Amino acid sequence: MTTSDRQANSRALSRRQVLRRGASAIALASLGVPAIRRARATVEKDTLKFGFIKLTDMAPLAIARELGYFEDEGLYVSLEPQANWKVLLDGVISGALDGAHMLAGQPLGATIGVGTKAHIVTPFSMDLNGNGITVSNAVWAAMKKHVPLRADGKPVHPIKADALRPVVEQYKSDGKPFNMGMVFPLSTHNYELRYWLAAGGLKPGYYSPSDNSGQIMADVLLSVTPPPQMPATLEAGTILGYCVGEPWNQQAVFKKIGVPVIADYQIWKNKPEKVFGLTADFAAKYPQTTVAITKALIRAGMWLDADNNANRLKAVKILAQPNYVGADANVIANSMTGTFEYEPGDKRAAPDFNVFFRYYATQPFYSHAIWYLTQMRRWGQIAISQPDSWYDSVAKSVYRPDLYFAAAKLLVSEGKAKQPDFLWSSDGYLPPNNAFIDGIEYDGRKPNAYLAKLLIGLKHGQRIEGTKVTG
Amino acid sequence: MTSLTEISAAAPSRLVARRRRIIAAIERSAAYLKLFGFGWVAPFALLAAGENPKAQAKELWRQLGIPLLAIAAFIALWGALAPRVHTSLGALPGPAQVWAQTENLYADYRGERHRAQAFYERQERRNAELLAADPHAVVKIHPYTGQPTFLDQICTSLETVFAGFLLATLVAVPLGVLCGLSPGVNAAFNPLIQLFKPVSPLAWLPIVTMVVSALYVSNDPTLPKSFIISAVTVTLCSLWPALINTAVGVASIDRDLVNVGRVLRLSWPAMLIRLVLPSSLPLIFTGLRLSLGVGWMVLIAAEMLAQNPGLGKFVWDEFQNGSSQSLANIMVAVLVIGSIGFILDRMMLALQAAFTHSTR
Repeated sequence: MTTSDRQANSRALSRRQVLRRGASAIALASLGVPAIRRARATVEKDTLKFGFIKLTDMAPLAIARELGYFEDEGLYVSLEPQANWKVLLDGVISGALDGAHMLAGQPLGATIGVGTKAHIVTPFSMDLNGNGITVSNAVWAAMKKHVPLRADGKPVHPIKADALRPVVEQYKSDGKPFNMGMVFPLSTHNYELRYWLAAGGLKPGYYSPSDNSGQIMADVLLSVTPPPQMPATLEAGTILGYCVGEPWNQQAVFKKIGVPVIADYQIWKNKPEKVFGLTADFAAKYPQTTVAITKALIRAGMWLDADNNANRLKAVKILAQPNYVGADANVIANSMTGTFEYEPGDKRAAPDFNVFFRYYATQPFYSHAIWYLTQMRRWGQIAISQPDSWYDSVAKSVYRPDLYFAAAKLLVSEGKAKQPDFLWSSDGYLPPNNAFIDGIEYDGRKPNAYLAKLLIGLKHGQRIEGTKVTG
Repeated sequence: MTSLTEISAAAPSRLVARRRRIIAAIERSAAYLKLFGFGWVAPFALLAAGENPKAQAKELWRQLGIPLLAIAAFIALWGALAPRVHTSLGALPGPAQVWAQTENLYADYRGERHRAQAFYERQERRNAELLAADPHAVVKIHPYTGQPTFLDQICTSLETVFAGFLLATLVAVPLGVLCGLSPGVNAAFNPLIQLFKPVSPLAWLPIVTMVVSALYVSNDPTLPKSFIISAVTVTLCSLWPALINTAVGVASIDRDLVNVGRVLRLSWPAMLIRLVLPSSLPLIFTGLRLSLGVGWMVLIAAEMLAQNPGLGKFVWDEFQNGSSQSLANIMVAVLVIGSIGFILDRMMLALQAAFTHSTR
């Protein structure tokens, strides 16, 4: 070894010594600093108001507040129930609410201008599944004749809309309209109800730029009702069925006014449902706050699915408080604790009826956003065909996995989450998936090819003019 | 020297005079007590004074006995019929369940107070830790983030109705005076008044919401948009009775008084303050009383739709909850709304009596 090498070695050694001493000093120092200090970056805005609708899948918000996850991030959050989805969206757009529990279609629809136009983003997917389609007792009685039965006399699940078709045709020949309810034109319920009806050969109606009732050329007329009013509207006979989130399907069973025929995880297994939406301005102006909110919500999602749903009963007790969902605890528990009741007494196992963290439920995937965009195009809410690149750019402007990963990284470094809980390698597109009720495969990278495979719906180049499909 | 007989003869007359003074005082106060619904105190007092027991007993029966009996009969009927009506939310609640819910609501209020205290304690602890780690850290005290309790909602409703009512008074009374004094102004405003008077608050609400959202752009938590929307809707619906009554009151002043004013060559402001207002005050107060009554009714509907955190929102949220206690909670709210409306009405009547010495 030359002198310079020895000198280099000794310098390297001393550098290593410095590093080691420095590391031990930091370690000692960090032992003394309370965990809270390390967890909290300086949030720009710490007093926040979030809106929600009274549905069981607002659970991550309630849990994050009740278990102190928001407070751990230095956030003081008040949760305010909203009258309906439109009021909620307007509240976020106007700034009266800092963020809200939103339907997955709302940030997308608002950003592209279906309804009120505003750039809304989402860094967090609140849950998968969680909805059901319920029909009135009279309609069920008529439907049951066309549903294949098991050996024990109970209906074979999933019940396809093929069983509903003869009932709708009967109503049509009697001259009566067949009305069904969903919660909002941009709601996941609207799209899954339409998917289920179309898979059974029924036309759910189109939207056009001049007519946004969504009932153009419809066999089944769909209209909007806020979720908590659905059982009352079903009872009154204004609608003959609805698609809504829980607890409103089980509520119909308890009140004996309707029968749920299918849960949405049977229409598409593990479909995206609600997201947490904020305005793009808020996320740009308060990035640390947005990451802190996402961290708290991820922790809430983890708690809800922890230990194979062990905490669900505690969650039900919290949700039954009148300031959250407010329905009776046993009604809420009916769908959140691993079973779901269809006909009175027919309780089937449904461990994934709603999923809050499993299967990467909280991660915002572009392919999920694009599925909703394809359905908006399918029914005419997006009036003209768009190239695949358009779908990709809209999804990238609304869904923010960058904020999600920032939050996830912080949680892993704080030891509050584990590395394999998140799909780090994802580019935002899940692999092609055919777990639909009609078996059609969906590939998020090829939305137009997917639209071509769907029998009922607008095809490439088609548009609605007046009451006709042209092109 | 006054003899013993003279003294003993004078004593009863002094007692009699004193008794007569007491009875006169009780009878004078009876009118005011009646105003506040305590009219039945007077016969009790008179009975204690030994005045005509039979007449007092009859008076007591009429003022206290019959109403109490009617209320008892109503409660009995309610308790008997309610369980027979089966809604999908369970049987209609009877008086027992409604009472149980009142106790629950109070317990919720106490629970919320405890939670608020725990919240502040946690915050203090957290702030102390922050300061211990870094003495120059900026710490804030955040207000409690829980939702308003039933009692808070009652207060919000009262604040909103008074804000709306005050605004309505400020608009209606001057306008009414003008309309009453000048037949020309009256003819000008009359068609508009008749056109807008019958409009329901639920029809005004979307317009008010749009206008307030456009004009009021701050997000100040002390004056939220929902509060302004509810208050403005209350104003729009409740200013008509005050306006019309004021106009009629001013227009129907005695012609002689007006002539006196002309003879004395009183200036306009003097005539207004000394002649017009005092003589039309009874009708103005009647109008205000009606306005407050209408305003309170309208408020509940306005709050339901504008989502102002008051009693209207409480009823709406309970309906949305659809739990087995929702109907009972809504009935508690109905009874509270009715009681507050009654108290407000009596308050206005008392004010009217104080200002005008009449309760017409």
